[in-house]
Amino acid sequence: MMFSVGDRVRIKDSHPPGHRRTPYYVRGKTGVVERYCGDFKNPEELAYGFDGTPKRELYRVRITQTELWPDYEGSDSDTLDLEIYDHWLEKIGGQ
Amino acid sequence: MTTDERGTHDHGHDHDHPGTTPDANETGYYELMAEAMKELLIEKGVVSADDVRRNLEFLDSRDPAEGARIIARAWTDEDFKKRLLEDGTKAVGEMGFPMGDAVLIVVENTDDVHNMIVCTLCSCYPRTVLGLPPDWYKSKSYRARAVVEPRSVLKEFGTELPDDKTVRVHDSNADMRYLVLPEQPEGTEGWSAEQLTAIVTRDAMVGVTLPQA
Repeated sequence: MMFSVGDRVRIKDSHPPGHRRTPYYVRGKTGVVERYCGDFKNPEELAYGFDGTPKRELYRVRITQTELWPDYEGSDSDTLDLEIYDHWLEKIGGQ
Repeated sequence: MTTDERGTHDHGHDHDHPGTTPDANETGYYELMAEAMKELLIEKGVVSADDVRRNLEFLDSRDPAEGARIIARAWTDEDFKKRLLEDGTKAVGEMGFPMGDAVLIVVENTDDVHNMIVCTLCSCYPRTVLGLPPDWYKSKSYRARAVVEPRSVLKEFGTELPDDKTVRVHDSNADMRYLVLPEQPEGTEGWSAEQLTAIVTRDAMVGVTLPQA
């Protein structure tokens, strides 16, 4: 596995055309790996009739709302969790 | 039609304006495309018309009462609850609910955490245990606002949470599906699973409301 639970990660700030499952609002944001979900066929390939291989590792990433929205009005501990495929993630920090 | 022409058009209205009265049965672009796709798949032998019909029948047979039974069991059976939180797909499979290709993650509300589900990219929803998603779940407004101002959205559903409770929004954007395990309401201790099933609502399992005793 490329990432472990607790790793600090950045979601790539990349804007390739086509079918992507990484919503715009999280691109370039940092969070923490909450869990590994398993290996799944790559939807970016499946969308165009390819077989989706090689499979991609899918992770749930937990991002604080204040990281996403600087003027967020709720609690500092509020989070957004979502699923990101490995090729959209970069490890950050001194590990 | 120019403004001028419209201006001279006498509006007593004993005729139809073609295209201005939406016909409820009108087939739109996407319906036509889906229909064409279905016909091609059947023609090429990828699926049969009966497969399509059986799948629709299955989806129509699902409803939130299924999810409510899962929640009521979790409230009354500690071992099941543990299994449900560890591996939702497997635990609901035990009760006879297939997840198909999807993986079910059950998220637990506690004294400190409230969970809420959205799919910002489309309308992913745990259909095999909750049935078809409600219209508001599919609306652009809910999908956009649930991730930006979840607490305001919750208030509009009548759900006021204390400031020190963490709100976790789960964007169902890929291969997982989510079900919220609400907190069992006070005053329902000792109730049977059947009694509890009756108070677990669809919206509570999406995490926009709390079950009431």
